[in-house]
Amino acid sequence: MRVLAATAVLLALLLTSLPLAQSPAPIGVVSASGRRTLSTALVNDQEYVALDDVAAFVPMTIREDRQGGVSISVRGKTIVAPRDRALVSVDGRVVALPAPLTRMGGRWLAPVDFLPRALGLVAESRIEYRRGSRLLVIGAVRVPRVTTRVEPAGTGTRVTVEVAPPTGVTTITDADRVVVRLDADAIDFAPVTGSSPTITQVRGDAPATVTISLAPSAGDVRASTSNTDTAARVVIDITTPAQAPESSAAPPPPAAPPVLTPSKGGVQTVVLDPGHGGDDAGVRGAGGTLEKQVTLDVARRLKTVLEARMGVRVVLTRDDDRLVAPDERTATANNAKGDLFVSLHMSSSPAPATTGAAVYFMRLDREGEETRREAGAQALALPVLGGGTRVIETIRWDLAQARHVEDSGRLANLLAAALEGHVPTMPQPVQSAPLRVLAGLNMPAVLFEMGYLTNAGQEKSATGDEGRSVLVQAIYDAVNRFALAAPAGRQP
Amino acid sequence: MKRTLLFGLAGFSALALLAWGVNVGLQYLARTESPDAPVAAAPPAAPTAHITATLFYGAREGLLLQPVRVEVPLAEGAVAQGRQIVRALLQPPPAPYVPVIPAGTTLKAFYVTSSGDAFVDLSSDITAKHPGGTHAELLTVYAIVNTITTNLQGVQRVQLLVDGHEADSVAGHVDVRRPLERDLALVRQEPPSSPAVQ
Repeated sequence: MRVLAATAVLLALLLTSLPLAQSPAPIGVVSASGRRTLSTALVNDQEYVALDDVAAFVPMTIREDRQGGVSISVRGKTIVAPRDRALVSVDGRVVALPAPLTRMGGRWLAPVDFLPRALGLVAESRIEYRRGSRLLVIGAVRVPRVTTRVEPAGTGTRVTVEVAPPTGVTTITDADRVVVRLDADAIDFAPVTGSSPTITQVRGDAPATVTISLAPSAGDVRASTSNTDTAARVVIDITTPAQAPESSAAPPPPAAPPVLTPSKGGVQTVVLDPGHGGDDAGVRGAGGTLEKQVTLDVARRLKTVLEARMGVRVVLTRDDDRLVAPDERTATANNAKGDLFVSLHMSSSPAPATTGAAVYFMRLDREGEETRREAGAQALALPVLGGGTRVIETIRWDLAQARHVEDSGRLANLLAAALEGHVPTMPQPVQSAPLRVLAGLNMPAVLFEMGYLTNAGQEKSATGDEGRSVLVQAIYDAVNRFALAAPAGRQP
Repeated sequence: MKRTLLFGLAGFSALALLAWGVNVGLQYLARTESPDAPVAAAPPAAPTAHITATLFYGAREGLLLQPVRVEVPLAEGAVAQGRQIVRALLQPPPAPYVPVIPAGTTLKAFYVTSSGDAFVDLSSDITAKHPGGTHAELLTVYAIVNTITTNLQGVQRVQLLVDGHEADSVAGHVDVRRPLERDLALVRQEPPSSPAVQ
């Protein structure tokens, strides 16, 4: 009898663990809050997801009905799934599914197609399933389709990477690999077609990078980028060096230094300045939100995005909750040889209804204008070691911003343009003013007031993932456009 | 006996004089009015003369400055008049305007240099009680700068001081290390209006 009972328990355990034993690789989930994974299970050759796992991305209430079916409520709308039927009623509309919803191991499972077909109709954000790359895309995130083709070209190899819809592309050529960074939240990476002995591997990496690993036999690498209305195309030509005669005693040529192709104009280092900190909390919202917390969080998110998508170095004037004096912020930026500077702030108003973001750049007074005019005239030619001279422009340290005011204004206008349609702005979204933190910066610089914490709606937006992601995206767009238009090479 | 009576009267008189002196002294110490306050029997003072000054208050929606004509006491000379105007500006604004200078801020000193720079020394309430934000700080600073340069002929620039010292900024944003010129970019472009309530 005991043996029989033990066998029954063992069988039950095996049955309940069946879906886990047959779990394929998890699905990647890309949303405004980042990238996560969603486990799946194979049941009767159909791939299922657990509804309580999905609830982590799309808030929902799940209730069983008396007939053995289940009803799912999302934002006041209901999806009804009858028992054992491969269809659901979505707010009164019938949607066919490849298999019925099923209950297993105490959890309700739904076919993966349930997510875009049924849940997508009632969820707040768009839901799209990219089957080829096993990506679930939720909301307004950018996930371009990336196809890669490897083919012979003359005596060498050509790799063509097509990105649709077109996005910004940065190609970095190293000694043993070529890295294509895309301006996107994730990529829908299709299987690679073709092969070549000069290439050992082509793979898509998170968040949005294609890496082409080169064999030791690969020669020179040239990359070019072109854009059409429908796609961005990167063409990478890899030569195969001619076999040198064995008797040749000539030493091998030195390895070529890494090449950055194309460079991001003159922008290699971006300095982000989270306003306030420590005892200086900045503006306090009606709901208790502190400006110093919002600015630091947005700066950290922006740093991640700029580094991943543009490949630039990002320096923060503070990365923790501490008080930093204006001159210390300026010194951090100037010592890091920043190519542009963005100070992040939130506003306050005695009128709670006041809303809107604004971008400020430095306005020079009479003294500043004189300093600006004299900066070139006071250039010094100093002798340097080995002969010759080097011209050094001198300018007052506390008015270093004077020579960058025009570029700062351009950056401010780009940021205001990037905000349009995404973030409410003040009637005059770009303003110039004598601002303390900008005065001594030796680089184009703006101060971005991201919204009014004293307005309940903007405070709520500033504390949410979505609101902060929109701000980060707008700043990134502006920095990227500024970088693309900036001349290569930083001024001394 | 007669001598004893005389000594008694003299003692009593001395005590009465002492009591009267103490009473007068206590009354003098306990009085509340200032020594300069007019006595009740004095004739009523003539009504104080006023001038009409243009003060810059926060407009109702909190985004711009609104020039408003306000009566302020007439004073002798530009510097004394400047003090009166700044004191009036530091008072809470009449409806429907909103305050852009923190409540409780007081004027500690005001003077004008020969080169036409006015120095306005304010109490530290202006920094300690400021709600923050670049725009709000611009409104604070230029409410003062515009008010002084608009009303005092010959004053071109205004340098703000806090508790007698030069300051970096009022709330961390606007550079007040050097004298500032008038800026009408933040001013509602309408003719100055009179307040609804004085």
